Amino acid sequence: MSVWVNKLRGTAGKTGAVEGKTSVSSGAPRTASPFWVMVQKEFGDHIRSWRFVILLGIVTLACIGSLYTAVTALKDGAQTSGGDANFLFLSMFTVSSSGLPNFLTFLSFLAPLIGIAIGFDAVNSERSKGTLSRVMSQPVHRDDFLVAKFVAGLLLIAVVVFSLGFLVMGTGLYTIGYPPTPEEFGRVIVMLLITTVYVGLWLNLSLLFSVRFKQAATSALSGIAVWIFFLVFYGMIVNLIGNALTPSDPNDVQGYMDAQNLLTLLSRISPAHLFQEAASTLLLPDVRTLNPFVTQEQAYLAISTPLSFGQSTLLVWPHIVALIAETSLSFAATYLLFMRQEIRSRS
Amino acid sequence: MTTIEAAEPVIQLKNLSKTYGDFTAVDRLNLNIYPGEIYGLLGPNGAGKTTTILMMLGLTEPASGEALVCGLDATRNPMQVKRKVGYMPDDVGFYEDRSALDNLVYTARLNRIPEAEARSRALLLLERVGLAEVAHKRTGTFSRGMRQRLGLADVLIKNPQVIILDEPTLGIDPEGVRELLALIRELSRNEGITVLLSSHHLHQVQQICDRVGLFVQGRLIASGDIDTLSRQLDGAPAYRIELDVLPWNESLETALRGVDGVTDVQLTPGGGLSDSNSPNAELATVVVSGTEDTTAGLTKAVIDAGASLFGVRPLRYGLDDIYHRYFEGGESRERLG
Repeated sequence: MSVWVNKLRGTAGKTGAVEGKTSVSSGAPRTASPFWVMVQKEFGDHIRSWRFVILLGIVTLACIGSLYTAVTALKDGAQTSGGDANFLFLSMFTVSSSGLPNFLTFLSFLAPLIGIAIGFDAVNSERSKGTLSRVMSQPVHRDDFLVAKFVAGLLLIAVVVFSLGFLVMGTGLYTIGYPPTPEEFGRVIVMLLITTVYVGLWLNLSLLFSVRFKQAATSALSGIAVWIFFLVFYGMIVNLIGNALTPSDPNDVQGYMDAQNLLTLLSRISPAHLFQEAASTLLLPDVRTLNPFVTQEQAYLAISTPLSFGQSTLLVWPHIVALIAETSLSFAATYLLFMRQEIRSRS
Repeated sequence: MTTIEAAEPVIQLKNLSKTYGDFTAVDRLNLNIYPGEIYGLLGPNGAGKTTTILMMLGLTEPASGEALVCGLDATRNPMQVKRKVGYMPDDVGFYEDRSALDNLVYTARLNRIPEAEARSRALLLLERVGLAEVAHKRTGTFSRGMRQRLGLADVLIKNPQVIILDEPTLGIDPEGVRELLALIRELSRNEGITVLLSSHHLHQVQQICDRVGLFVQGRLIASGDIDTLSRQLDGAPAYRIELDVLPWNESLETALRGVDGVTDVQLTPGGGLSDSNSPNAELATVVVSGTEDTTAGLTKAVIDAGASLFGVRPLRYGLDDIYHRYFEGGESRERLG
């Protein structure tokens, strides 16, 4: 035993940089690592902040609104369209009446807002308040600081999203008195997970802006600009490109297909589109394919039943991967930018 | 000084340089700071003081050269260096919606100090810097002076061997400065902490620094204790004494010049008080330069000449003068030693 300890000490002495990370974990009284201390503090800061209260208020309103829509729609007999009472519970998240948005719409609308609101001043406010250089002069890895911001934000988002989802489920259960099957429950959980990833993407984007821009207002504005771009303009631009690319010859099948494939690819760059496709596929088991082209044989021979849970997940798996990839990309950009910045007090 | 310099230096900068594009912020800096001393890094704004400090902490990478702190290369092992060095940035900031105590405990926990211990240590330090009553107040309500004192507590909570203070006295009222400097001095003397402080406020730093370095345009143009620095000034007399006398006349001047060791007598234009409304408007202030301490002889000469003596002040070169001289001299006088 002591030989090992000595050996460890020896190697730690030789490779000084490594020692910084490992030596403390072997210390007698285990103390929380600085990383988790930072996460804890960030999380606490978020929960105490006014912005969290406001967000919670908006989210609660959205929850009540979507429930109201769903319940009125269900009363009016919306399930007749699907014809199966199997997924009545899921329809609570997707049906709407009299023009009011349903839960899914609310979620796709609010999710980026939550992400942006949590992250937009994460780094630049610390910088302008002079706390960044103080924290950086403590024995803390620079990347830990950024990762702690992200992890704390993501934890908070997970808490908000899941509590929102469970609230709707619970209230819905109470109102319509129709319990979910395990499959339905699973679908909702996976949908909430995807939502968390999606909000995490927006959190990351806003973190990127908060590293890039010194002013919190600029960073918030850039975040909102990107959000609006994907929400409103991106679809338009894709349509515009689509119109230009569509071959004039109506018999050019290959041309049509190429154009359509390109359009699908383009629109799937947008995280908003990815999320909407993924979430609605999970909540609407009737969706059998996301491909705009189905051959006659496929359409004719397909059994007209809802997909199983596993198959639905398989269908949206590329979407989930794409969302995670986009999140990782923007995190990598943030990381690079932050590591290259010089930390001076209040500048 | 010799006893201090015999020890291994705590901070050792070897040919340290830093460039931003074409601009050289720090130019081949060599500096040794020894255990237990208070070293003042003096220079105008933009001289490269903060950049040098950042390189000592491994927060920014030098273009060339190395910074050894406690025997460790700050660029390669920033984590270990940061464990031993407390750094108070210029205009230190705290989490404004947290209390002073919370802020300190947070710093302590980032240094892996268990929470209970961190708490008791934080309270002790708050007591020490005179912030015990406001320990549970939000730091957002703190004044600048309080923040600086809290900053000092924040630096001390990890039991550092070296503390680096960047412009610690900036923006505090004179009384606050006095208290803060007294605190720093006490710490250095009682606990043997090495202190490096940067400032452009010469007077303040002069009071507590063992040694100072003049830092201009990325270069250390002089280093040493204040006496050495003032002697380094070429042609500067070793001792100067300022006298307030009444009346001032030729015979008194001759009498003063006759005192042993006196080399020069000069009337200060406008007089010491230069206030024409005061009853002592005609009071003359003269500066007597000499090769040795001539105070005793001068006072006797004034009395013997039948004049009244209103004030005697030994004049040491203040850092202001030193600073000024170096700037006046420009390039030709960049190294006097």
